[in-house]
Amino acid sequence: MNALDQYIDLYEANAATVSAHSAGALNAARADALELLKRVGRLPHKGEEGYEKTSVDDMFAPDYGVNIGRVDIPVDLAAVFHCGVPTASTWLGAVANDKFVPTESLLRNIPEGVTVMSLAAAAAEMPDVVEKYYGRIASEERGGTPLALNTLLAQDGVFIHVCRGVKAAKPMQIVNLLSSPVPLMAVRRVLVVAEEDSDISILFCDHSRCEIKCLASQVIEIYAGKGAHVNVCDMEESSSGTSRFSQLFAEQHDGSELKINGLTLLNGITRNEYYIVQKGSRAVTTLDGMAIGNGEQHIDNFSELSHSGDHGRSNQLFKYVLDGSSSGAFAGTITVESGARFNEAYQSNRNILASREARMHTKPQLLIFNDDVKCSHGATTGQLDQNALFYMRQRGIPLAEARMMLMQAFMMDIIDNVGIDGLSERLRHLVERRFRGEEMMCADCNAKHGV
Amino acid sequence: MKEDILLEIKGLKAELADGGKEILHGVDLTVRPGEVHAIMGPNGSGKSTLSATLAGDPRFNVTAGTATLHGVNLLDLAPEDRSHEGLFLSFQYPVEIPGVSMVNFMRAALNAKRKYFGEEPLSASEFLKLMRRKREIVELDNKLASRSVNEGFSGGEKKRNEIFQMAVLEPRLAILDETDSGLDIDALRVVAGGVNKLRTPDNAAIVITHYQRLLDYIKPDVVHVLYKGRIVRSGGPELALELEEKGYDWIKEEVDNQKDSAI
Repeated sequence: MNALDQYIDLYEANAATVSAHSAGALNAARADALELLKRVGRLPHKGEEGYEKTSVDDMFAPDYGVNIGRVDIPVDLAAVFHCGVPTASTWLGAVANDKFVPTESLLRNIPEGVTVMSLAAAAAEMPDVVEKYYGRIASEERGGTPLALNTLLAQDGVFIHVCRGVKAAKPMQIVNLLSSPVPLMAVRRVLVVAEEDSDISILFCDHSRCEIKCLASQVIEIYAGKGAHVNVCDMEESSSGTSRFSQLFAEQHDGSELKINGLTLLNGITRNEYYIVQKGSRAVTTLDGMAIGNGEQHIDNFSELSHSGDHGRSNQLFKYVLDGSSSGAFAGTITVESGARFNEAYQSNRNILASREARMHTKPQLLIFNDDVKCSHGATTGQLDQNALFYMRQRGIPLAEARMMLMQAFMMDIIDNVGIDGLSERLRHLVERRFRGEEMMCADCNAKHGV
Repeated sequence: MKEDILLEIKGLKAELADGGKEILHGVDLTVRPGEVHAIMGPNGSGKSTLSATLAGDPRFNVTAGTATLHGVNLLDLAPEDRSHEGLFLSFQYPVEIPGVSMVNFMRAALNAKRKYFGEEPLSASEFLKLMRRKREIVELDNKLASRSVNEGFSGGEKKRNEIFQMAVLEPRLAILDETDSGLDIDALRVVAGGVNKLRTPDNAAIVITHYQRLLDYIKPDVVHVLYKGRIVRSGGPELALELEEKGYDWIKEEVDNQKDSAI
C-alpha cells in the first residue's frame, strides 16, 4: 500500500463528514482532487524529477490521523504567545493544527478593509470572493498530487483579504501551532487576496508541540492585484519530529510587488515549494530562503518563478548552513516566457557545509524563451572561511564561538532583507540562539527527539 | 636571568600542513620584556611563516623545537589561548569578515580573554568607553568601528584597525607582520605612533619588515636576518641600515658559501 491510499480511503469513508465541517469552494474542489489522486495513484518518490532528494511518499507514509470530525484537540494557546517573535507590533491570529483561532485583539483591532478569518467561515459567508480565487492560483499541473491531497482533505485555514487601496498599518501574524497527543497530519489552507494597490505584510510562525510525529500539509495561495504589495515571511521553528510539506502559489499582476522569505530555523523534514507567476507587467518578486540544519534534519526548497509580462524583475537568494548529518536541497527554475520582454531575473543559492557529514544538493535552472533579458543563476557550496576563523581565534575568540559568528554572519543579508518592521532584529537574536544551540520554543519536543 | 625572558624559541622547525614542505629549518630567538626586535630578510625566507606558526596558524605544522611565552609552552595551546596568554599577531593581510561587526568582534575577543582569566564580561558602557579610548590611539574613525570587520577598509585603515585591536587586547608580545606594506607615509606615521604609544617596560614587539623605513619610526633594539628558514645574522639597529644600503646579496652569499664549505 502506498502512502496515498490511506488518505483516499479515509476520505471516501468520511466524505460527508469532511464536507459537513467545511463549506462552499473548499467542498466544491474535492471531486476533481479525488479524481486526480485516483488517476495518478501515488505521491512523488525520491529521485523523480523535481523530487530528487525528498520523498513525499515517505513524508506522508506514517499512519497519521486527520482530524476529520473536528474533535477539539486540547491546544495550549498560551504557547502562541511564546512565539519568539514579539506580538505587540502585529495583529495576531493562530491556527491550532488546522483550525483557525482568532484572538480577542485581532477581532477588536482589525481595521476596516482588512479581513482575517477562518477560511471555512469565509467560504460560507462570502462565497463569491473565496470561489473566485480558491484553487485558481494553485495549479494542478504544478502542484500535482500533493496539492490535490491538501485540497481533498482541507477543512479550514486562514483567509486574508485586503480591499482595494487599503494599506494595512501593521503586519498580520499567524502562529501555526502543531500540537497533538497522537500522530497527526494537519491540513492547512491559506488564501491571501490583496486587491489592487493594497499593501499587507504577513508573518507565519510554525511551531510544534508534538511529543510524537506530526506532519503539516500546507497550501498557500496569494493573489497580488495591480500595484499590490504583499510581503510574506514564513518561518518554521518546529521540532525534529515534525515534517512539513508546503506549497506556495502566487499570481502577480501589473506593477505588483511580492516579497517572500522562507525561513527554516528548526525542523525535522521540510519541503517548501514556491510557484510564482508574474502575469502582469512591471511586477517585482523577491524570494529569499534561509535554512539552518543540524542533526538529521532535511530541508528542501523548490522554486518555479515564471515571467510572462514585460519589464518584470525577480531576485531569489537561498542560503543554507548545514551542520551535523543534516542535508539540504535546492532546485530553482526561472522561466522567461516567449513574448515577455525586458525582464530581469536573478537567482543565487549559497551554502556552507559546517561538517564533513552534511550534504547539499543544488540545481539552479534558467529557461529563457525570449531575447532582451538579463538573467543569471548560480550556486556555491563551501566551508567556513578558514582564514577568517584563524583571524578570529588569533584575537582570542574560541573556535566554537568564531564558527557560530561566521555562520550567523553568512545569514545576515537574508535577515536584513526581511521586510517586516522589527523582525530583522528579532531574527538576528533567534538565529544566534539557534546557532548557539540554546533552547528554542520547541525545546521540550526536541529533547525527546534527540536534537 | 630566565625570568627576564618573554619569548624563547629554540630550534623551531615548521612545515606546510598541506604537502609537508619544510619552511623553518630551526629558528632560535630570545626576546626580553621592553625590547623591540626587527626581523628582516628576502622574500620567501620564512618571516611570515614564523609569525603564523607562533600564532598557531593551522596551515603549518611544527615538527621540532620549542617556543615559550613567559614560560608557557605556546605550541601546546590553541590559537585563542595563545592570544589570551598575550600573543598578538598583526596580519600582513587582515581578513575581511562580512556580517560580523567590529563591535561584536572586539566584544567577543575581549570577553573571551576575560573569561580565560576568570573575570566577568565588561558591561556595555564600560566596553564602549574602552573602545573610544583605544580608537584615539590610532585615530580610527568611529564609522569604521561600526562596520563589518575590515570590510571595504582601505589598506591603511586595515592596518590602523590591527593596531587598534592590539591596543584593546594589550598583548605581552606583538608581532607586526609587514605592517608597513601598503601604507603611505602619513598612515605609516600614525600606525608606528600607535605601536610606540603601546610600548611598556613589560611588553615587547617583533617587527617583520622588508624595509628600514618603518624602523625609523619604531626603533628596534635588535635586528635579525632570516634567510632560508633560519636566523643567519643578528645585530643592532645599524644592521638594518647596512641592509638598506647593501641589500641581502652579501648575506645570502655568506650563508650559501658556509653551507658549501660545510659540505
